[in-house]
Amino acid sequence: MTPLLSVQGITKRYGAHIGCADVSFDLYPGEVMGIVGESGSGKSTLLNCMAGHLEPDAGKVVFDTRANGPKDTVTMSEPERRMLSRTDWAFVHQHARDGLRMGVSAGGNVGERLMAVGERHYGNIRDKATDWLERVEIDAARVDDRPVTFSGGMQQRLQIARNLVTGPRLVFMDEPTGGLDVSVQARLLDLLRGLVRDMGLSAIIVTHDLAVVRLLADRLMVMKSGHVVEAGLTDQVLDDPQHAYSQLLVSSVLQV
Amino acid sequence: MSEYNFAYLDEQTKRMIRRAILKGLAIPGYQVPFASREMPMPYGWGTGGVQVSAAVLTPEDRFKVIDQGADDTTNAVSIRTFFERTAGVETTTKTTDATVIQTRHRIPEEALTEGQVLVYQVPIPEPLRFLEPRESETRKMHALEEYGLMHVKLYEDISRHGHIATSYAYPVKVEGRYVMDPSPIPKFDNPKLGEMAAIQLFGAGREQRIHALPPYTQVVSLDFEDHPFEATKADHPCGMCGALDSYLDEVITDDAGGRMFVCSDTDYCEGRQAAGFVGEMNHQRAFSVQPLLETEA
Repeated sequence: MTPLLSVQGITKRYGAHIGCADVSFDLYPGEVMGIVGESGSGKSTLLNCMAGHLEPDAGKVVFDTRANGPKDTVTMSEPERRMLSRTDWAFVHQHARDGLRMGVSAGGNVGERLMAVGERHYGNIRDKATDWLERVEIDAARVDDRPVTFSGGMQQRLQIARNLVTGPRLVFMDEPTGGLDVSVQARLLDLLRGLVRDMGLSAIIVTHDLAVVRLLADRLMVMKSGHVVEAGLTDQVLDDPQHAYSQLLVSSVLQV
Repeated sequence: MSEYNFAYLDEQTKRMIRRAILKGLAIPGYQVPFASREMPMPYGWGTGGVQVSAAVLTPEDRFKVIDQGADDTTNAVSIRTFFERTAGVETTTKTTDATVIQTRHRIPEEALTEGQVLVYQVPIPEPLRFLEPRESETRKMHALEEYGLMHVKLYEDISRHGHIATSYAYPVKVEGRYVMDPSPIPKFDNPKLGEMAAIQLFGAGREQRIHALPPYTQVVSLDFEDHPFEATKADHPCGMCGALDSYLDEVITDDAGGRMFVCSDTDYCEGRQAAGFVGEMNHQRAFSVQPLLETEA
């Protein structure tokens, strides 16, 4: 089976400082990969390198494209990469306002990706947008409201709808539950888990919240100072951490 | 007038502007950057159009300036006088007689012909400006033909108003490639942009951009399959000349709700009146100064 995404030796330096160093892994279709680590450990750098927002200094990010099979997205031409990022890829930002157009209605936000790939029928766009709002548990009556009038949790769900409307195969998530209160987090995680399973999505989730990866991720990578210190099945890593840092991370979680 | 170089600008500047114009004509709809000069009038008064006109004028040209279709408004009068003084070119108000027409917000009603040049004053040349604030990003979007966002604006219109409410500066696609803002002309004029016999030049002074449409260029107004583009105008005949096919201004005539609709293209309206067409409100002489003169006498 060809991996959907194959990351090979990704390295990114900021001058003398290491962002992430020599990270490699394969992600298979339908698999969810979690990346955890403390702030500044290179999680987001790695995610941005994979999603094409940053150019890595070394390494390959090979994505199994629908048309041409596995292709290195780092050396791919920019139009191709941008096309990927609005069709087969999705990127969920930590702050919903980074991923949404705050001056455009919820329906317009969801419809943007459809229009970007050539949909030119207003009725169809609106139907799909309404459908997706309902799927992320937003009242369809709010399709014409702007995201500024939405709560933080709703904005995050709207961002997810906007990203998933074109049926991507790979979703990058950067702390999708950050900044939300716990009950809203729980609902969002529940929703995400349902969507990931229903649509057979592959996902890479960067977070420092171990509960999030426990719920969502099949596999886990632990990062420290730009290096991957431990990788394996989520339950395995969380229940029996081998590396000293992983042990510290797991033992730092407060038990209620 | 001898104090100024012909048409105010120095020859090197005109040369630079002509190069931008030629590049614009070679890539229809593409915004060519140019080093816009300080002009002896404020930004927003047509500095871009004036620079383009200065670059294309020759001593043999006959020059016409219209502002919202009218030859007699402040902007039109001042720019016409400017070129009378600095270039000494002949000026006219007749659309058919003019070889260079500088315009703000309108395309003349009368079909333009080969050999004529239409110069637009453009406030904001970037159609994506209010959708994507980063100029670096909009340039990339033009380069990669990523125009989905333009339809988001039209989508918002329909979702809010039930129809495409954008009535001026309506975005168009040029030759199936660049999306262009045709300057704030009413969308009624959009169909005239395409396949026009005259050369169309767009100058934005403050934004330092020139774009152009060569003669007989394909220009398509953006729309949705189920909400097609519609060129709209006030549903009235002209009060002065009775024209049914021209773009109309609404004029308030008193403080008791009185109003009339008149052609915004004054030359077209006067031409029709001279040919004997009379509108319903023509007898009222709304703007006559006669009573004042009588009391003085």
